[in-house]
Amino acid sequence: MIEKPYGTAAAVQHASPRDWPPDSRLNPGPERAFRAICALALVLPLLLLATLLGRALQEGWPRLSMEFITAYPSRVPANAGILPALVGSAFLMGLTAVMAIPLGVGAAIYLEEYAGSSRLTGLIEVSISNLAGVPSIIYGLLGLELFVRAMAFGRSLLAGAATLALLLLPMVILAAREALRTVPHSMREACFALGADRWQTVRRVVLPMSLPGILTGIILALARAIGETAPLITIGALTYVPFLPDSVHSPFTALPIQIFNWISRPQAGFRVNAAAGIIVLLAIMLLMNGAAIWLRVRFERKLSS
Amino acid sequence: MTRTTLMLTVLTMAVCGCRKEQQQARTVRIDGSSTVFPIMEAIAEEFQKSQPSYSVIVGVSGTGGGFKKFAASETDISGASRPIRPVETEACAAGGVEYVELPLSYDGLAVVVNPANDWANHISVEELKRLWQPEAQNKIMRWSQIREGWPDKEVHLYGPGVDSGTYDYFTAAIVGTEHSSRGDFTSSEDDNVLVQGIAGDPLALGFFGLAYFEENRSKLKLLPVDDGNESNGAGPVLPTFQTVRDGTYQPLSRPVFMYVSTSSLSRPEVEAFVRYALAHSAHLVEEVGYISLPERAYSLAQSRVDKRITGSLFGGKGSQIGVKIEDLLEREEQDK
Repeated sequence: MIEKPYGTAAAVQHASPRDWPPDSRLNPGPERAFRAICALALVLPLLLLATLLGRALQEGWPRLSMEFITAYPSRVPANAGILPALVGSAFLMGLTAVMAIPLGVGAAIYLEEYAGSSRLTGLIEVSISNLAGVPSIIYGLLGLELFVRAMAFGRSLLAGAATLALLLLPMVILAAREALRTVPHSMREACFALGADRWQTVRRVVLPMSLPGILTGIILALARAIGETAPLITIGALTYVPFLPDSVHSPFTALPIQIFNWISRPQAGFRVNAAAGIIVLLAIMLLMNGAAIWLRVRFERKLSS
Repeated sequence: MTRTTLMLTVLTMAVCGCRKEQQQARTVRIDGSSTVFPIMEAIAEEFQKSQPSYSVIVGVSGTGGGFKKFAASETDISGASRPIRPVETEACAAGGVEYVELPLSYDGLAVVVNPANDWANHISVEELKRLWQPEAQNKIMRWSQIREGWPDKEVHLYGPGVDSGTYDYFTAAIVGTEHSSRGDFTSSEDDNVLVQGIAGDPLALGFFGLAYFEENRSKLKLLPVDDGNESNGAGPVLPTFQTVRDGTYQPLSRPVFMYVSTSSLSRPEVEAFVRYALAHSAHLVEEVGYISLPERAYSLAQSRVDKRITGSLFGGKGSQIGVKIEDLLEREEQDK
């Protein structure tokens, strides 16, 4: 029988939290107080989120229509739509994924499976954790100098995606390493014992077993990237683009930029548009998170069968 | 999985390889001030309907950020909510960029208070200066210190972010030095945040673009401003489309501009865009909440384009207070 990786649902469910620990009956006061505090910590942010969502839905829902999604921007709020921004965001996410996934997963595999624990790898690990916390606008400045100017990508989709990919790399690497670590060591040893080399072990055993975790990490990172505005504005993403990108060298705009622009306009009609844009953005994020859960469940089922 | 990665890589390379140049060649690239953006968007939208073969793209990097890209020849046209400054002129010269300066519209700055404020009915430039100058910090904190007879209550100040052209112009007009004011006020890059702040604070006083007042009339109280100069309308003047255009609302009305690179002007799409902009700005700027220049100013501006008159009407020195753009253009026309 395959030993379950740590952190999966099956490994945790050996005891239900309701009948454990058993000694809570002895002194119920602190127990209840702690429980109440924890519940409050959960409820408060949820309430805040619900208010925000409620307001956006209330304001933007009536504005949502096929026309809103398929129209180009306009000075008349009622005619304006998000098509170039939506397509720009989609292109951006696709390109970012293509760049960030192979690099990020590759780096994680190297660090987990190949690199020993030298001082250098220690330094690299600390740097990656630090990079994951660097504000996104710094990546924007880096992208402006490196991709837009030095590599002469211009203010294109390619430059935007490369910048976002840089922003995502530390997150992808951290998530992928976390997932690789959940594969028990005994699995690798069993593999070696059968005469497999490292590459075969990684490809046939370690990667498939950690795939659900890696994919979840990647999709969550992408869901964060789709809401990024600062680095895109820094590298010169536009606000008004009346055509759809036709190559990776096209100038582009993205949903959060369009929303930001509408929110800061004086006319109330644009704020309604912004609310509708927020709903679309949230729907995309929810879809991506849903996809992450679906993939995880699917691969886990595949593994256990 | 390897197969998928391989396919994706091939796909990207295929997309990368083809069709790079065609679009760039027929595109007018615009960037610059967020104040000018709605005007550019309006012109671009209409221009494209009349000239479907050309396209126009507009970014928002702020007046200063826009000039940086303009000086590096990354854009053809730069929107500006104040005239170009010496450092920016030098940057353009260093980048080999010559430009024609074209006024697009007027914008008024509104000084507003909360509707519950029943004591302030007008304010003078002198009082505004006493309130906003750097020396006022931590000293002028109460309404009674601004004018005798006003209540002994705290005053809460609201203004645009210090990186905005609006802040620059207000400080130049009121304090006398561009970019210099007290620092203890609530600032936001988003004027709607200022509107909300002032609408919810009975002791507030703030300033922002007139368009933001027009859209929120019911929540705010507009103050007439007295510049102490009898020659352009005596006493406090309320900012309206009329008083901003005829120059009686002083000093808080300003022209906004677009700067066009002369080398870009030789491209037909840029030439056509500029011509279209000057011919149609009069009604388009009003549609998006700004105040149009007199018709004559637009035709004088077009003749600047035709003659390729480069440099700034303001000597490249940044904001000047209380000028009427049509007078400057007229004087230039007569000098020729």
